[in-house]
Amino acid sequence: MNMAKSGALVLDAEALYAELRGAVQPLVAAGARLVGVTSGGAWLAERMHQDLGLSGKPGVISSVMHRDDFARRGLASGGAQTLLPFEVEGADILLLDDVLYTGRTIRAVLNELFDYGRPARVRLAVLVDRGGRELPVAADIAAARIALSADQSLALARDASGAFSFQVEGA
Amino acid sequence: MLSKRNPQLNKNGELIHLLSTEGLSRDILTHILDTASSFVSVNDREVKKVPLLRGKSVFNLFFENSTRTRTTFEIAAKRLSADVINLDIARSSAAKGESLLDTIANLSAMAADIFVVRHGESGAPYLIAQHVAPHVHVVNAGDGRHAHPTQGLLDMYTIRHYKKDFTQLTVAVVGDVLHSRVARSDIHALTTLGCPEVRVVGPRTLVPADMREMGVRVFHDLEEGIRGCDVVIMLRLQNERMSGALLPSSQEYFKSFGLTPQKLQLAKPDAIVMHPGPINRGVEIDSAVVDGAQSVILPQVTFGIAVRMAVMSIVAGNEA
Repeated sequence: MNMAKSGALVLDAEALYAELRGAVQPLVAAGARLVGVTSGGAWLAERMHQDLGLSGKPGVISSVMHRDDFARRGLASGGAQTLLPFEVEGADILLLDDVLYTGRTIRAVLNELFDYGRPARVRLAVLVDRGGRELPVAADIAAARIALSADQSLALARDASGAFSFQVEGA
Repeated sequence: MLSKRNPQLNKNGELIHLLSTEGLSRDILTHILDTASSFVSVNDREVKKVPLLRGKSVFNLFFENSTRTRTTFEIAAKRLSADVINLDIARSSAAKGESLLDTIANLSAMAADIFVVRHGESGAPYLIAQHVAPHVHVVNAGDGRHAHPTQGLLDMYTIRHYKKDFTQLTVAVVGDVLHSRVARSDIHALTTLGCPEVRVVGPRTLVPADMREMGVRVFHDLEEGIRGCDVVIMLRLQNERMSGALLPSSQEYFKSFGLTPQKLQLAKPDAIVMHPGPINRGVEIDSAVVDGAQSVILPQVTFGIAVRMAVMSIVAGNEA
């Protein structure tokens, strides 16, 4: 039931999550701080933080204040605000997001992050890299790398029990 | 094109000007308050600025004096990375006889994106909104006795911050309601947000006759009016707007309508006390209340910046 199908494409979000968690664990053990990008990435960070038995709370970061489509789309409403419960200055940061696409959200998130201080290092881990980059942004870790066309949309969903699934829409 | 029904909204029902809290839906009011809450935390950042209005020019047009409101708009615009131009119109072109619309046309030619307007005449910001280009936005910073919507919204933000929910609250607006654009903006917003009991408290000469039509309960006795209230909004006695003998004296006024710690005990024990400022200590409110534990007057000022950031960034993102 966690399978999303679009033609031949099948994405098992729970399996991808388990793979991503395995890849993230050593980085966290070496001191990286988890920061989830709202909203899908924040869910990932929240669950991973718990599954890895970490203390405190993971960071949450929002792209809203730095989006480059503000003039066209206005201010997005809803979504959690940036909340970084640790000192950003000098921190080793691991950004988590569900889907990496154009790279514009990550660009905005990096700007947001630097408003709080100068981290020592920032890396990016995603469940799915779907291609279609419009900026020189890359994921350090991606549980899956696929190619979707621009008219398809891919988004992570979370059900009441906290289980992840992917929704693929469009052609 | 401005919507015929409500000049503040475009045809998609999005906010393009903020002229009054009257006629704004609960969804729009709530969206503004939610957006403001995301700006409150900008204060906690190393870089206390976000780039949403980078490259935009905000013109503060104050045809009437105001230090606090103008300053908070200026800070709000600067935190959004806008360029801010302050025009003390009261002392410049208007004094030379230029018409309001000619002033606006000239400033538009200087590439203004947002006009923040305070004017002694009710309705002046509406007139401006009807004549600006589609990409230009107008925010009313107080017009005559009519409206002061950002003050109304920051009051709603403050109430929501301390009381969480409007649907169980009794709110009293106390004092010189007649001259108060704040009172009108508060009452419209409170009603829309679902506040079940809004009271207006003041002497007969300072409470306009149409108040009951706005759906409020009118009291002419302070003790009765604030009894059991969750929120007490004190208004400034506006001596400069008074013509004729509406009041015997400010000492007399304090005796009947000044909020003292003793009188405040009639409100709920956790009631908050608000005031739009500037405060006349010993006229409408006792110093001990201003500085007391129930006063949220200074947090109101801080929230006012976030609310004005929210309003400017929301209107700037919507095209007429």
